Amino acid sequence: MLARDAHVARRNAIQLLMQTFLQPLLFVFIFGRVMVGSGYMPAAYKSLLLPGIIAISMVFTGIWAVAMPLIAEFQWTREIEDRLLAPIDVAWIAIEKVIAGMLQAVVAGLVVIPLAWLVLRPGVEISIGTPFTFALIIVLVAAFSACGGLALGCSINQQHIGLMFSMVMTPMIFFGCTYYPWSALKTFPILQKIVLINPLVYASEGLRATLVPQFSHLSMTAVLIALFFFDTLLLILGLRQFEKKSVS
Amino acid sequence: MAVGIRTQDLRKVYSSAPPLGAGGGFIARADAKGGKQAKSEVPALNGLSLEVFPGEIFGLLGPNGAGKSTTVGVLTTRVRPTSGRAWIGEHDVWQEQALVKRLIGVVPQRPNLDFSLTAREILVFHAAYFGIGSKERNERADQLLEKFKLTERAQQMVRGFSGGMMQRLSIARAMMHDPQVLFLDEPSAGLDPQTRILLWEIIREYHQAGRTVLLTTHNMEEADALCARLAIVDHGHVIAVGTPGALKATIPGGFVLRLRFGNQTPQLLERFQSLAGVREVRSADDMGVDIYADRGGSLIPEIASLAASSGAELSDVHILEPSLENLFLHHTGRSLRD
Repeated sequence: MLARDAHVARRNAIQLLMQTFLQPLLFVFIFGRVMVGSGYMPAAYKSLLLPGIIAISMVFTGIWAVAMPLIAEFQWTREIEDRLLAPIDVAWIAIEKVIAGMLQAVVAGLVVIPLAWLVLRPGVEISIGTPFTFALIIVLVAAFSACGGLALGCSINQQHIGLMFSMVMTPMIFFGCTYYPWSALKTFPILQKIVLINPLVYASEGLRATLVPQFSHLSMTAVLIALFFFDTLLLILGLRQFEKKSVS
Repeated sequence: MAVGIRTQDLRKVYSSAPPLGAGGGFIARADAKGGKQAKSEVPALNGLSLEVFPGEIFGLLGPNGAGKSTTVGVLTTRVRPTSGRAWIGEHDVWQEQALVKRLIGVVPQRPNLDFSLTAREILVFHAAYFGIGSKERNERADQLLEKFKLTERAQQMVRGFSGGMMQRLSIARAMMHDPQVLFLDEPSAGLDPQTRILLWEIIREYHQAGRTVLLTTHNMEEADALCARLAIVDHGHVIAVGTPGALKATIPGGFVLRLRFGNQTPQLLERFQSLAGVREVRSADDMGVDIYADRGGSLIPEIASLAASSGAELSDVHILEPSLENLFLHHTGRSLRD
């Protein structure tokens, strides 16, 4: 089944690349290049921004890669029915979707790094001091996005896709500490507490901690625990919703 | 060894609207007025028990919303019954799902082909889900494409396929893993007569290889032509089971004359009863009479003169030849097409 998704992904590769990279690329260009280049932002902002952009691309790709096909396959083409009849437990089909989504999210995250580096250079100071932690964060973020996609994709109706983006994705991105570090919110103490329910905060802060440790960030332990918690929560929720959808 | 199918007292109540597993069939709403109830409960199966013998072609016959698709859904692990049990061979469908799924092939009512793949890829990937080796699955795909006359379109995406082609490909897909039991939900709905005949041939051939076939239909001709035995289903339970011949023999007389009157007198029913060849007279709604008889058209003059002499005004006459349709009418008082 993974082979089937890989096959389809390869066929739609160009479209997929466009939808994954255009937005972060533009953000990187405007915020990193234009704003910094024109002097509105200090040069160090580039380095601060990059982990946030990686987090956005990964989360966006993962959610998109799982949720959209699920919505279409369950409600429009019903194509998934054939796989629901494969001689395995239906939960495995959901898990396969999550793995496929994770792979795409990882690819998206890793491709953004050289891409952004090309646009932003010179002046980006990123270092991967702890490769193992970095890899762990990447996997956890990918898992969070794919599980989130599963939960959303199985809970949302076709006609509510637009709503999902304006109600879930947009606030998540803007309150996700992607364009600013969490510590920058200390002047808004209430908001600073509220955004902690947003899993994207931990994704961007975690990436910030491993890529640009020179800036202040949330503690690594807190990030890992939170990401792990959200992964598990969303996976359980997603699997439950998936089974509800697949068996009436 | 062929595998049979059994269900025991299946009940299913949908608590929300359109069931995916039931193929989107229209389910008659029992409580259309239920304004106060937030959730409308739709009973689809009401104690359905059934036995399909190993290696037979069995038909579920009934109007839309009778519960045919839901029955197939329950037997194919797509609809969880509210109560009751179902078996494929010796295996409980809801306790040994993975095993059961290996034994069955399903052709859904609405095509659910993978629009991101070509016709051939659909078959090959399907076989891969069942763990069939790469050489074997490629060979089987080619054979089935040939058999279903799809070889020319094998490398095309299914997006542009006609309804008939999609239906053929769906059946080919269901046969890819050579299942012991094949489920076909309304297999010939929307097919042209030519394709329908090809389809019937293929179903018969598959059955001759010792496989069990369960199909649902509301097409009498199809049920008559294909099925060894039939169950007539209405309102979620089985009304009658038997071979098409035996079922037809249970209709009194065989012919049905549906009469409609502008006005009607009570004695009229009794007077019809006394006509030669009339087996049973039933009043249908207010102004109608259904006469079950062993002759058809030749009764009309006598009926007409009887009606005239009792002052009843005959407004419509419809003669039905002996068929399964009459059987349905006899059991439910409604025509299949109502």
